[in-house]
Amino acid sequence: MQFRLEKRQQPSKAMLYLTPLLAVLITMVLGAAVFTALGYNGLGAVREIFLTPLTNPYKWQDLAVKAAPLIIIAVGLSIGYRANVWNIGAEGQYVVGGLAATGVALLTYNMTGWWILPLMVLAGMAGGMAWVLIPAYLRTRLKVNEILTTLMLTYVSVYLLNYLVFGPWKNPMGMGQPQTVLFTADQTLPYIIPGTIVQAGAPIAIIVALVAWFVMSRSVFGFQVKTVGAAPHAARYGGFSTNQTIWLALLASAGLAGLAGALEVAGPFGRMVPQFPTNYGFTAIIVAFLGRLQPLGILLAGVVLAITFVGGEVAQTTMQLPNAAVGIFQAMMLFLLLAGDIFVRYRLRRVRPQAAGGVA
Amino acid sequence: MSVELIIAIIITLIGAATPILLAALGELVVEKSGVLNLGVEGMMLTGAVVGFAVSYSTGNPWIGVLAAAFAGTAASLIFGFLTLSLSSNQVATGLALTIFGTGFSALFGQPFTGKPLELFRSVFPAELATHPFWKVIFGYSPLVYFSLIMVVAVWWFLQKTRAGLILRAVGESDLSAHSIGYSVIGVRYAAVAFGGAMAGIAGACFPLILTPQWVERLTAGRGWIALALVVFAAWKPFRLLAGAYLFGLIATIELYAQAGGGQMRIIPSEVWASLPYLATILVLVLISLRREGNTSAPACLGKPFIPSN
Repeated sequence: MQFRLEKRQQPSKAMLYLTPLLAVLITMVLGAAVFTALGYNGLGAVREIFLTPLTNPYKWQDLAVKAAPLIIIAVGLSIGYRANVWNIGAEGQYVVGGLAATGVALLTYNMTGWWILPLMVLAGMAGGMAWVLIPAYLRTRLKVNEILTTLMLTYVSVYLLNYLVFGPWKNPMGMGQPQTVLFTADQTLPYIIPGTIVQAGAPIAIIVALVAWFVMSRSVFGFQVKTVGAAPHAARYGGFSTNQTIWLALLASAGLAGLAGALEVAGPFGRMVPQFPTNYGFTAIIVAFLGRLQPLGILLAGVVLAITFVGGEVAQTTMQLPNAAVGIFQAMMLFLLLAGDIFVRYRLRRVRPQAAGGVA
Repeated sequence: MSVELIIAIIITLIGAATPILLAALGELVVEKSGVLNLGVEGMMLTGAVVGFAVSYSTGNPWIGVLAAAFAGTAASLIFGFLTLSLSSNQVATGLALTIFGTGFSALFGQPFTGKPLELFRSVFPAELATHPFWKVIFGYSPLVYFSLIMVVAVWWFLQKTRAGLILRAVGESDLSAHSIGYSVIGVRYAAVAFGGAMAGIAGACFPLILTPQWVERLTAGRGWIALALVVFAAWKPFRLLAGAYLFGLIATIELYAQAGGGQMRIIPSEVWASLPYLATILVLVLISLRREGNTSAPACLGKPFIPSN
């Protein structure tokens, strides 16, 4: 018996949504096998990483905290990716967004008022956008590849962060610790569920996904982005400006990454520290793909990746599994998803050997 | 400036440039075949951790470098299988490879944190390198000479051999190459594997010739800089050499500025540390200013090849 790949007339919708699910399931099976082969308790690792965060209600609040920035950043990235604009420096825009929000917090340290927090959030978005101005200008003006420029600026953003927290922004009363002062109550996100660590970031993430879903599926902008990405010639013929789309896609993704940065620094961190870059910007790339570049899918995918983060911490304490193992599981998920993409465009057909006789 | 200082700068520069040069040479061949592998950083990290582990446990850096080449190849073949056999998106798959390599190296490097490694030193007798002038010629690790040989080898392969011609044909016009009867996918697999081996060796340079210890993410974006250099060099091996040594010089300036103190202290060390990344952007800008309109990129770069039956 032989199999042959046959091109489908139309990409399969069912496969498009089934493959992310399969990728997660196969990651669990394959991950268990690989980590067993490496001398770890593979089954235990998969159980702790993928299931414990779901079965243990105390972990749900952690899921909300971790999923929020992933979803916000991934929604932004997905807009760009659909337009074939590859911003992979979301980590840098996240950091600069956090820094901008911190800057506002430090300036308003002796003030009170409801307006401080919204100002920090706006500053965060502006900071993220500012960090993508150079890549956007270079891409649209000089056709400089945005993948490399956005990524290079990520490294620069980390040095900027270090310069500020080790230098001018260092808390003088911090006993030499490289960190800013702790933000005041007016500079910190409110807790929305009493008795938990869930702050306003989680509902904002849901709102961002819903708004993006509406914009991408119901507005001209969404149509423009999708057309420029899928059929650039048709887009030009239809009067959509490619450069304008690139600008908007980059500003939207960077603005959302900056928003996530502001919400993180005003939320779980509560001050700026050198440990602020937590790889959310890179993991969000996986979230965007696993969510099929669609806002509602990203909402689910963000929770899945949050599960692996929280589960990774569980596995670290209960079975001394190094935290880096989580990265391998996450990468495996993306590999399997990309591999599964072939079934969206092709179907597997069984081919009977010709020699078996002339049965019509 | 004394002669000693200039010689010290040259030696540091060449050491810093070598991993970028090796990785970029590999990627150059990959891109010439029409494939864009953005996973260079991930393959370098894979090579770095395997190179460290094997050199440390065998005490033999030669075996370590060989193992790093194999590890880089293995990692590149994951990418090759996905993009070539399953025709997945090359940009996304390359990113996935980098994420994978980052996780893999962090996991396997952990037991080696804080363990000292012997540097992979010159193979020439020490007497040859006593005088500073001779040191500039004989004072390097074998990996440095290897990288220089590979510049010539890659140039010769691409320009002077039949196999190189076929590889370029596959990258410029996959359909024509296919219709003449060459295996487009086969050629691209070979190129991707070569790129993986080179990136693996490039990664091994970090613990073996630069900092003899294990640090997480020790390649610090050099794989991405290598990708930019290929564009800068307009896919030409000797320009790649010039570009890599330019970056080596920038890295050396950064190193001396951070260590040196004096007047350099006015500028924060973070500015110096950002220099290689900012220089990469600048270089990309200069190159696109110069060649408005006509690009020298292989015509099929990044496009999947799907043979019709």
